[in-house]
Amino acid sequence: MKGLSVSKAVTALMLAGLVLLPLYSYLSGNIFILTLFTRIVILALAAASLNLIMGFGGMMSFGHAAYLGIGGYSVGMLAQEGVGSGFIQFPVALAASAVYALVIGALSLRTRGVYFIMITLAFAQMAYYVASGLARYGGDDGLTVYNRSDFSGLVNLSNRTQFYYLCLACLFGVIFLVWRIVNSRFGLVVQGLRSNEQRMQAIGFPAKRYQLACFVISGTMCGLAGALLANNTDFVSPAVMYWTRSGDLMVMVILGGMGTLFGPVMGAVVYLLLEEFLSQITEYWALIMGPLLLLIVLFGRGGIMGLLGRVGRG
Amino acid sequence: MAEPLLRVEKLVRRFGGIVATDHVSLDVAAGELHAIIGPNGAGKTTLISQLTGHLDPHSGSVTLAGRDITYLPAYRRCALGLARSFQITSLLLDFTAADNVALAAQAHAGTSFRFFANARKEKGLRDAAHAALDRVGLAHRADVVASKLSHGERRELELAVALASKPKLLLLDEPMAGLGVTESQRMVKLLQELRKEVSIVLVEHDMPAVFALADRISVLVYGRLIASGDPASIRANEDVKRAYLGDQHVVTHHG
Repeated sequence: MKGLSVSKAVTALMLAGLVLLPLYSYLSGNIFILTLFTRIVILALAAASLNLIMGFGGMMSFGHAAYLGIGGYSVGMLAQEGVGSGFIQFPVALAASAVYALVIGALSLRTRGVYFIMITLAFAQMAYYVASGLARYGGDDGLTVYNRSDFSGLVNLSNRTQFYYLCLACLFGVIFLVWRIVNSRFGLVVQGLRSNEQRMQAIGFPAKRYQLACFVISGTMCGLAGALLANNTDFVSPAVMYWTRSGDLMVMVILGGMGTLFGPVMGAVVYLLLEEFLSQITEYWALIMGPLLLLIVLFGRGGIMGLLGRVGRG
Repeated sequence: MAEPLLRVEKLVRRFGGIVATDHVSLDVAAGELHAIIGPNGAGKTTLISQLTGHLDPHSGSVTLAGRDITYLPAYRRCALGLARSFQITSLLLDFTAADNVALAAQAHAGTSFRFFANARKEKGLRDAAHAALDRVGLAHRADVVASKLSHGERRELELAVALASKPKLLLLDEPMAGLGVTESQRMVKLLQELRKEVSIVLVEHDMPAVFALADRISVLVYGRLIASGDPASIRANEDVKRAYLGDQHVVTHHG
């Protein structure tokens, strides 16, 4: 039980840090850190959504960044066409992501294991090239979002602090949902399918429809991250869908701890801070980052969360 | 005689040139414990797989309580009251014993597209799980993760999982496989209890157990059914002796 409390303490500390960050930024006058952490929080949301299918559902999607693009482009394209209201942009972003997930999931879930990884990757790359071909919306160069989503005074996305708290609220909301889902009837079935599909079929569960539903929920959540990301950077380009970005998300989940509630947040914070910190020291930061990740994956089974659990147990 | 619970008619399944199931027909009456025996490679598991829906036959039919289920997927058959245990234990190893059984109960208690309420707090499911665990004598191990259970306990848990779906017919694929002497005896005792409540098709190598339990025995050799009848007539059957019991004579004597 002590092991549990160590990882719990670290998690609580991290969450408190995230909540209090704008205060620190205000007192120290360090605006940059707020911008950085807005990005971290948004990508943590994306990682948390990936964790739902990868960690709990056992579906290794290597194309999750596609939703970042779909969510982002929904905001960008609508803004370009003169629809600036967030009340339209965000629902469209979520719906587009859900539809994409439904189609891709229905096709991909016919396969298993490595083939599932490859087919989700292939679809994401297709989305990438489709976006590159959108001449009207900037094509390869991407699309500048001149006005952030307008929530008619409810929240002002151009205000750094308000935007940060909006992202943080979305992150907490998604984690709350994931928590409810994994303990629900539906969540138990999905985790049972990860554990032993044959057994689940034999006791009467049709595997595919549960996995597909889970895939769609996860994709929709990630679409939200995409919509926020476009607002954060005031820009969306095909690059957000590139396969390396999908890989980043996977690394965050694995690094933090697959199938744990707060693991993906931990993973996103550590990964992106390391990236930021190391890239300031040297241009060849990936040379340090790579072996570091390797060590954590090799020796810290269960990621950082698993490591903390074992440290606590001594 | 009333309509049989399970009727298999002229079932054929080939693997390349080998006919693994060769025009097999058999009936299982309600309340009966029907054992299927045969030497290794006789096609017992192939036959069971067609009954459970894990393998499609090339021709013939399987009827459960008057309903044709020949090509229904496994999960639909389960809903109709067919439950199985696996020859090689197949459980959710990272779930507790209670969770394993509760999921089986959940599959038969309304929709599982519920996303918000905590399923582990659903009293109906928990009660059903504990009742089934109690039935097989595992109630005291309810909160143990399945991977931490002994082999014998896992076999019992498989039974509890099958029971939790409230089946009409239980297909048991070698429930005694890999069990020690005392564990086997416990399993036989347990099956003797269960057979009072549910019809059972039992595939088993353990001859003493089969002859102690079965109402009727069907003998499968090279995919073909060579005999079917009560234990006494099977024991006396010359074909069966020649094809099968011959090399296992010692075993039957010990029984």
